Amino acid sequence: MEPVVLSHVSKTYHLDAVDVPALLDVNLEIRPNCFTVISGPSGSGKSTLLNMIGCIDQPDQGDVYIAGEAVRKLSDDALSDFRARHIGFIFQNFNLLPVLTVLENVEYPMLLSRVPSAERKRRATFLLEAVGLADRATNIPGQLSGGQRQRVAIARALAPAPSFVMADEPTANLDSQTGAAIIDLMRHMQRERQVSFVFSSHDPKVLAAADDAVKIRDGRIEKIERREERAKATA
Amino acid sequence: MMTLLLALRNLLRNRRRSLMTLFAMVIGAVTILLFGGYSRDITYGLQTGYVHRSGHLQIQHKDYFLYGTGNPGAFGIVGYRHVIDVIEHDPVLAPMLRVVTPTLSLGGIAGNFAASVSRTVIGTGVLVADQNRMLQWNDYHLRFDVRQAALTGTPDDAVVVGTGVARVLQLCKPLAVANCSQPDAKTSDGPGVPADIAALAAADAKPSAQVDSSEPRIELLAANVHGAPNVASLRVVKAVNQGIKEFDDIYVGLHLPQAQRLVYGADTPQSTAVVVQLEHTSQIAAARARLQELLATTLKDEPLEIQDFETLNPFYGQAIGMFAAIFGFMALLIGAIVLFTVSNTMSMAVVERTTEIGTLRAVGLRRSGIRRLFVCEGILLGLIGALVGVSTALALAWVINHSGLTWLPPGQVDRSPLTVRVWGETRMMLSAATGLILVAALSAWWPARRAAQMNIVDALRHV
Repeated sequence: MEPVVLSHVSKTYHLDAVDVPALLDVNLEIRPNCFTVISGPSGSGKSTLLNMIGCIDQPDQGDVYIAGEAVRKLSDDALSDFRARHIGFIFQNFNLLPVLTVLENVEYPMLLSRVPSAERKRRATFLLEAVGLADRATNIPGQLSGGQRQRVAIARALAPAPSFVMADEPTANLDSQTGAAIIDLMRHMQRERQVSFVFSSHDPKVLAAADDAVKIRDGRIEKIERREERAKATA
Repeated sequence: MMTLLLALRNLLRNRRRSLMTLFAMVIGAVTILLFGGYSRDITYGLQTGYVHRSGHLQIQHKDYFLYGTGNPGAFGIVGYRHVIDVIEHDPVLAPMLRVVTPTLSLGGIAGNFAASVSRTVIGTGVLVADQNRMLQWNDYHLRFDVRQAALTGTPDDAVVVGTGVARVLQLCKPLAVANCSQPDAKTSDGPGVPADIAALAAADAKPSAQVDSSEPRIELLAANVHGAPNVASLRVVKAVNQGIKEFDDIYVGLHLPQAQRLVYGADTPQSTAVVVQLEHTSQIAAARARLQELLATTLKDEPLEIQDFETLNPFYGQAIGMFAAIFGFMALLIGAIVLFTVSNTMSMAVVERTTEIGTLRAVGLRRSGIRRLFVCEGILLGLIGALVGVSTALALAWVINHSGLTWLPPGQVDRSPLTVRVWGETRMMLSAATGLILVAALSAWWPARRAAQMNIVDALRHV
């Protein structure tokens, strides 16, 4: 698996008459099969950076390369197909489809990446078992707790067997105990499935679990800490 | 499949709003179908009336329709019996035929000399047995009592007049015409039939004709084939309202042989039209095409032409056109209401589900998938609205048709049952349902397009 590379990426939001720079000349490499955490104060550009890596936003300048290909060159449909096959999303507010059952929610991304029906069902059931919600397969999201919903969201993100999972502050709306359990689960799934997890968080527990910790401030990368470096420094 | 499932569940998600939208659609569908059924019923009723009177097609002398109505001598069909024979024995036409009969129209003056009154009239000579068969035609299974022609069973010199003719000729009292006021009459002090007219009528009368002085009679004066006046003294057996005043004021119906004697005298009798009544109106085109072939071949000796009942009765086309225009206007209004209602519902759904739209796009649904989802919801709304609307219209139509209500159609004399023809009108129901579904899909298109164009990040941030 190839890394995700951001090369001289800049992004400015235009709010009424005010231009708000969100990212300024960001160069970053997200290593494959790693647990990468992007941290920084509010408004530092964490979410924007995550959106760039997740291919749901485009930079004004610079390029994002995934699997060696510049994302900018892809059409909207090609980008949608790319996301469906290679990128999973976990949102702060879970963002499950309220009219679908838990099982259908997990199946949905696989439907978009054209996984056959029987395989979809098998994989979704397996993932729900993995996140401990097999017995809730026929429930709708409204019947689940916040933690359970986030587990479903994790299963949904992993369902199409993506290369990357993007998680924007996935524990922000959970109590600390549930948040910790979710982090453990994500870490476990990441290791087991050899998927790259990239997420934004202020949570020290999340930072402690990271392989790579990217600190961002005012739209610029302040520091990148690799686990090996941290271990060496600690030793 | 998932799109359909999502669409259906999203509609059920906000039941009250979906129900209100459906309610508007159902009202629209019911209005269109009931008015369409009513209009259809009037169309069939009018058509049946005209086909009873003038058949589906008429073979006439060339230019009779435009120039010959006042001149049966110049525009009569000499070989009408041969024409009828050829038509009746034609293997292509025979299965389509119901009645083929001659008629003779003539212009004249009818006088009641006892009252010193006269007026111009149009006489129509018919074969009563054929007329009675024509009156039984009921291709659309309308609910009416089949009546016999008023001349049925009457002697050869009998006539039926319009109530307007009876009124002007002061025959209301002897003919027991209801609601017919008579002016201060000069009924008894008139000079009677002038001697020359009486002699002419007597000369024309059949030797066997017995004249009963108590019977109401008229003298009908017409130009014969040589342009000379001819008179027949005729007994008036009944006054029948013809529905339209202009026609009622001039109508005199008489037996064909009597009409022919009046116009052609001792010459070869002719007719001004050969009336062809078909089994079904839908056969007009085929029958007309075959008749054209016959006129060009077997019947080419006489210059003949074919007129259909719509040409002969322009009011029919005008009435149908008027109803079509009203129907179109109503359909347009209802379509606009449905369009805005569904559009509003879908727009609200798009706003409410902005975050969901962002999520779907993020996980890989294309813009076209978002469009499809919302258009599918519109189509589903239209489909359900059409199904419920058609069912409701069928139920209401049944209730109306069995309510026993009656009304007086334009140009008719008798009240008819108030009916709306929805049952059995598959094409109309399918058209209304398809129209509703299309309008609903169209209404959903714009909000769907807006949803598809949303920026993913903005949509995900929506609160």
